Formats: sequence, structure tokens, C-alpha cells
Amino acid sequence: MTIIRLKFASLKQSRWYEYVIRFVLGGLATVLAGGIAKLAGPSWGGLFLAFPAIFCASSTLIEKHERRRKEMKHLKGARRGQEAAALDAFGAALGSAGMAAFALVVWFGQSLPPVVVLGLAMMTWGIVSVAVWYLGRIGRRNLKPFANKKLPA
Amino acid sequence: MEFVIRFLAGGIVVSAFALLGDLLRPKSFAGLFSAAPSVALVTLGLAFHNQGVDYAAAEARAMIFGSIALAVYGILVCHLLMRKRWSAEAASSTALLAWFGIGAGLLMIFGA
Repeated sequence: MTIIRLKFASLKQSRWYEYVIRFVLGGLATVLAGGIAKLAGPSWGGLFLAFPAIFCASSTLIEKHERRRKEMKHLKGARRGQEAAALDAFGAALGSAGMAAFALVVWFGQSLPPVVVLGLAMMTWGIVSVAVWYLGRIGRRNLKPFANKKLPA
Repeated sequence: MEFVIRFLAGGIVVSAFALLGDLLRPKSFAGLFSAAPSVALVTLGLAFHNQGVDYAAAEARAMIFGSIALAVYGILVCHLLMRKRWSAEAASSTALLAWFGIGAGLLMIFGA
């Protein structure tokens, strides 16, 4: 059973300017989505609501932090950094199911008040994302015993 | 003025989700927050307020195509990092082309 936990020590790994970069990128991505919707219509703007702009910055930071952590222990950190970033990317791929569920709730919840729709959509995002992540873990665990066995000819 | 509100609201919400992602472990779970609908939450909130329900619904419909493209993007980045041993910066920025190609393709096939 995997325990989900908070690791406050990881905050110490980040520098102040890394938070600024994320803030600026988040703001720019939101302005970009709004600008595209104004120029090309709501459909093209809507596509950019799932634009992984923040992911690029996060993934690079994760790799850097993990590499730095290993190198401080005089170990080679390059591979470990790549693995940490790959895990984050895998999580994002799983989380995209939650994002699609969020969009479906907003699309079909037109008759409800906007605050209720967005609240329901956020709840659905959380439930679907966690469920898909948990199923993914069970699947990986069940496949592990077969991973090293040769398939019969 | 609207762009300033968008920028500030987007920056705050995205930073909040990113901070949560930093704090949470295991890393694959934290990755879920990389696909959090933070930009969507702000943009759709403003769309409901400024342009109305139909406009927000049209954006949400197209967002589904973006989400499918995001799933492919995440798997591709994972592949480039683990099998091809690219750096995170190179993998995540190159795969943006695939994200746009798939998202735009789906939007054009199934109607904008």
C-alpha cells in the first residue's frame, strides 16, 4: 500500500527565482489561452487550456533538484534526475484523464451555476486523477513478476 | 486590464498547484499536479463571467482534445527521458510539437 505524504523538506531545494519563473509562466499561459480564444475563437483557445507550458519548467526543475541532491552525496545524479522527471511525466500522462473529466463536466454542466460547475469539475478532476493513478500502480505491480521472465517461443 | 487580471490569477493558481506538486510524494502522484487544470480554472471562470455559458462550453469541449494530446505528450516525454536519455528540458520542449500536432489534428477532424 503506497502512502501519499507531504515532504516539506523538498521546499528547501527550490530557489526563490524558481517560484517567480512558475508564476510568470502560469500567468503567460493563462494570457496566451485567453488571447488565442479572442483571435481564433473559443475552440482554439480551449485547446490551449491543456497546454503543458508549466510542465516544461517543472520537469527541468525536478531533474535539476534530483541531480543536485545526488551530487551533494558525491554520486552521479544525471540518470537519477532523468528518472525523477520521467516519473513526473508519467504522472502527468495519468493526470490528463482527470483533466479530460474536468472538461467533460464543464461541457455538460451548462444548466448549473458557474461556481457549482467549476467546483464539481475540480472534484471530478481529483477523483478521476487519483483513481487512474491508483489503478496504474496496481497494474504495474501485477506486471512486475512477469517482467524478468522470458516469453515461451 | 483583463489581461492583467488573467496574468495575476493564472500565476497564483498555477503556482499553488505547482507548490502542492513539490510537496507531495511519491513523485508519480505529484505528477498528477503537472496535469492540474489550473489555467483552465481561471480561463473558464473568466469565460463564464465575461462571455457566457456557451462560450465556456465550447472551450471545455476543445479542452478534451488538448487533454488527449497531453496524455500522449506525457508518455512521449517519459519515453525520451528513459529510453533515449534526453535531458528533461530537451524532451519536454520537443514533445510540445507532438502535443500541438495531435491536439490541432483532433480539433480539425472532430470540428472546431
